[in-house]
Amino acid sequence: MLIKRKAGQVSRTRLQGAVAALATGALDRRSFLRRSGVAVGGLAAVGALGVGSVRRAEAGFTAPGVETVIKKNMCTHCSVGCTVTAEVQNGVWVGQEPTWASPINRGAHCAKGAAIRELVHGDRRLKYPMKKQGGEWVRISWDQAFEEIGDKLGAIREKSGADSVYWLGSAKFSNEGSYLFRKFAAYWGTNNVDHQARICHSTTVAGVANTWGYGAMTNSYNDIRNSKTIIFMGSNAAEAHPVSLQHILTGKEKNRANVIVLDPRLTRTAAHATDFIRIRSGTDIAVIWGMMWHIFENGWEDKEYIAQRVYGMDEVRKEVAKWTPAEVERVTGVPEAQLRRAAETFAKERPSTFIWCMGGTQHTVGTANVRAYCNLLLATGNVGVSGGGANIFRGHCNVQGATDLGVDIATLPLYYGLTEGAWKHWSRVWDEDYSWLLGRFDAVEAKGGRDARDALKNMGTAGIPSTRWFDAATMDAEQVDQRDNIRAMMVFGHGGNTVPRMPDAKTGMNALELLVVADPHPTTFAALHDRTDNTYLLPICTQLECSGSRTASNRSIQWGEKIVEPVFESANDYWVMYRLAQKLGFADRMFRNIALVEGKYGPEPEAESILREINKGGFSTGYCGQSPERLKAHMAHQDKFDLVTLRAPADAPAEIAGDYYGLPWPCWGKPEIRHPGTHILYNTHQHVKDGGGTFRARFGVEREGVNLLAEGSWSLGSEIEDGYPQFTMAVLQQLGWDADLTADERAQIEAIGGGDPEAIGKVSWSIDLSGGIQRVALEHGCIPFGNGKARAMAWNLPDPVPVHREPIYSPRPDLVADYPTREDGRQFRMPNIGFTMQKAAVDGKFAEKFPIILTSGRLVEYEGGGEETRSNRWLAELQQDMFVEINPEDAAARGIVEGADVWVTGPEGGAKVRVKAMVTPRVGKGVAFMPFHFAGWFQGEDQRGAYPQGTDPIVLGESVNTVTTYGYDPVTGMHEGKVTLCQIAAA
Amino acid sequence: MARMKFLCDADRCIECNACVTACKNEHEVPWGINRRRVVTIRDGLPGERSISMACMHCTDAPCAAVCPVDCFYTTADAVVLHSKDLCIGCGYCFYACPFGAPQYPKTNNFGSRGKMDKCTYCSGGPEADSTEAEFIKYGTNRLAEGKLPLCAEMCSTKSLLAGDGDIIAEIYRERVVTRGYGSGAWGWRTAYKETLNV
Repeated sequence: MLIKRKAGQVSRTRLQGAVAALATGALDRRSFLRRSGVAVGGLAAVGALGVGSVRRAEAGFTAPGVETVIKKNMCTHCSVGCTVTAEVQNGVWVGQEPTWASPINRGAHCAKGAAIRELVHGDRRLKYPMKKQGGEWVRISWDQAFEEIGDKLGAIREKSGADSVYWLGSAKFSNEGSYLFRKFAAYWGTNNVDHQARICHSTTVAGVANTWGYGAMTNSYNDIRNSKTIIFMGSNAAEAHPVSLQHILTGKEKNRANVIVLDPRLTRTAAHATDFIRIRSGTDIAVIWGMMWHIFENGWEDKEYIAQRVYGMDEVRKEVAKWTPAEVERVTGVPEAQLRRAAETFAKERPSTFIWCMGGTQHTVGTANVRAYCNLLLATGNVGVSGGGANIFRGHCNVQGATDLGVDIATLPLYYGLTEGAWKHWSRVWDEDYSWLLGRFDAVEAKGGRDARDALKNMGTAGIPSTRWFDAATMDAEQVDQRDNIRAMMVFGHGGNTVPRMPDAKTGMNALELLVVADPHPTTFAALHDRTDNTYLLPICTQLECSGSRTASNRSIQWGEKIVEPVFESANDYWVMYRLAQKLGFADRMFRNIALVEGKYGPEPEAESILREINKGGFSTGYCGQSPERLKAHMAHQDKFDLVTLRAPADAPAEIAGDYYGLPWPCWGKPEIRHPGTHILYNTHQHVKDGGGTFRARFGVEREGVNLLAEGSWSLGSEIEDGYPQFTMAVLQQLGWDADLTADERAQIEAIGGGDPEAIGKVSWSIDLSGGIQRVALEHGCIPFGNGKARAMAWNLPDPVPVHREPIYSPRPDLVADYPTREDGRQFRMPNIGFTMQKAAVDGKFAEKFPIILTSGRLVEYEGGGEETRSNRWLAELQQDMFVEINPEDAAARGIVEGADVWVTGPEGGAKVRVKAMVTPRVGKGVAFMPFHFAGWFQGEDQRGAYPQGTDPIVLGESVNTVTTYGYDPVTGMHEGKVTLCQIAAA
Repeated sequence: MARMKFLCDADRCIECNACVTACKNEHEVPWGINRRRVVTIRDGLPGERSISMACMHCTDAPCAAVCPVDCFYTTADAVVLHSKDLCIGCGYCFYACPFGAPQYPKTNNFGSRGKMDKCTYCSGGPEADSTEAEFIKYGTNRLAEGKLPLCAEMCSTKSLLAGDGDIIAEIYRERVVTRGYGSGAWGWRTAYKETLNV
């Protein structure tokens, strides 16, 4: 906010001046426009109380003399994984205490975590199942809901096929819920199952996994305390992951670490940085290559590390050579001296860590961006060391777990993929008849010039990404590569305002035959459309009202216990999926190995039992060692774990001694072998039994005569002192180590191989359900997945070496000829016409008509689509208006003043939003920023009446994604969320 | 007896507002009343800094000096509290307070003020400790349970410190020595007639 006091004008002290502004007017953006006075338009009814007393006492008073039960769970907002300690009296959550014992948050919370109790005792939750009948919301029973939804699903399946139902899951599921949801989709017979990872870090997972093995944060929030240089690129952790700053700022202070922020905005994180470099949105690759140009030019790279552990860096060198300082400045706007300084610091003052978030991932070149970041880390030898690493801050509280457990169009749980071998592996885990599963899938006839697919092929074909479901619902069926269009959306815990092109999403919602929203709050999916019937709302409880585990960004898995019974008529995910499976006729199969316990509405699947099934099949990612007992012991003894190393000392209670907190995956083998988990991935400085490792030998042993295995590098204590391939039974036999298998392990391996010696030899560490291969490898100091090189050049991806490509709606049409987006193509059953769109934007001179770059991001008070947090009165009070940040020069040129209403128009279909202007130099000239948590207004129209009465979020606002535009990453279908063009005018 | 103080380390505050919502959560503070706020200066400019502000529980509190009904009192822990039974909502304390701490619920359509409400340092009011009567008027009494104010306890970056003045001053001093910079203890000269020298 630009109400500033000029020096000399104020007679009072500096302090008095600053705080007096609290009363007289706004100073900063929190107090933006509206003071939180009571008389605020539609919000006035929130809380008026009598004279003298200022609070209601029904749910916040911890009565003395009444038994207080302490329950521990985790915050359900971001991925940091803060423990929440709840005080419960008579079944009511009456108080929240800091959790000093947690090594992750040490008592701390951000605004969301400190207000989380309101999620459970607020009155804006969806209270009972509802359906829309003739345009009105009416209350129905759970039984009626399951009956009607089940019948409609059956009819759609009959008419249009299993693929016509889209199962949109959630990063807010527990691990157990995520796993059940993926399993559910498998039993239904489709790969059209996805969740928020698609729109936050799908490109990270694809890019990072294709570089060195697994798509996850390599180190931890705590480990950043060891860093000497920290780069944030496209990450505003101070708002998106506030508690992580506790570790980062302490590290910065203790090590005098360099904190470098590369971003289009001077973020709250940048305010605490030692260097801020403003880049043009969407030029990450050019910036990184610009840094690496200096590194290679000056010989600052880690030559030994590259020789031992990296494949294809010479190819990268060739591309980087093109990015001279002059070209980098032309494309990115960053002067040579700034980048040189950042590059030198990053390469020399090690260990260095690189942190990125959606600023890097949500692009048409998202996967390539991510691989460029990885290359910078590899060139400087910063992966696999304490204080270094790719510290990818994930978004939602369990987006890491939901990703791991395969709520994804392209894989079964735990990254097994969709190959026949993967389906057979999970069939074995589930004791399921593989051919029965196969029979659940559609066959797809030849159409649009494409070949037909039988059920087997369809079972192995990735589904439609969540960014495109509405295209798949409205596009000509010829264009959609499955039996028919999407006809039904089953939306569990997913907002509808977090994906671009909302006017098209609205058309898609209108076109559906069935829309089911299962969520604690009615989301945009419940309110945006004009539907009058065939629309259902199912009240799901939050994870605070449900037991289960969740995986924080650092791969630590924490067990949360149910704090209170689900409020109102809400129910947990497990029960809802169980009942729906019952109605659809496959509950007995799907839950055959899962124990049922008595729940709120009768028998429901037990979380512990589901986790055991995950353990049983989770070898590929090391989800096999985290038994519910071990996870619970960790929660009980949180205080024993070291703040920096996350490790429990040897003298800690026996059940946790030597473990890393939350058994961060991979936690190899069966729980009984007590692998401690892996704090730092690919760390050769430790023995594998202490969480050490190497880069995964995932891409073969040799390519075009070049060795893909590590050379002269191995993890501490390895009996094979060189690179080695992944372990299979045949490898064990070759080494003579198969003698170490127990009879039982051998029998299981032979059973998996079906008695055929060749097939038995092929049984690998990831499908051996006995865990024997992993156990034996570890005994010999070897890591089951092999010791390979990381790939600087990923030959299987588009652009094996990342190349800069201008955004679809580039503000620099003059650069499009040199750096065009990729050719049109088809991915994930859908056409991707990015090239055509970019050409149309250039030819149509869109950059002149829409001269401002539009980008988006988070606010600390809200999260995701925002329904939960905008319904929380303690948070809603702090952010009452949707706004756009606009630079003072751009505002002056348009006659826009602070706080005025403005129209922001986007380049597609005349889309527009009416928001408040916040005039601030936080954004550069020619750049505008909007937060993405708002919904409930659409192109100037208030949709409050579209929510069922009493469930409308307190704060509504226009969604930024109403004006964002086309553009999809070819590898994952990630949308272009961070660069488009807009025009802004006073309203 | 300990002398309770607040100290906000501006080099750590990231304006996450945990202190604000922790206070709301603990005391069920209604919409429109803010016992604690975060103020940001140079918003969006290089050098941007934020400070969490509430009643500082001043030595020789100016609010107490101007109160016409003498509703303020200072506890043995040096916490400044007031009696809502005595308060007449005149608003003098608001004008006297250098920190903008006093808050008033609006009680009718003509905007007259209700009884003043402010940070109690999580230590209630004149009513008996930890009773429902105390809770309804002033919120919970954590000090009586041996706990410190929740805003500081839940601070995301340990920027906001609460506790015995000497101890938190020492924590801050150590921090400044370690990192080599510190903008000082905001508001201490005004509230406590002393500065914190490192």
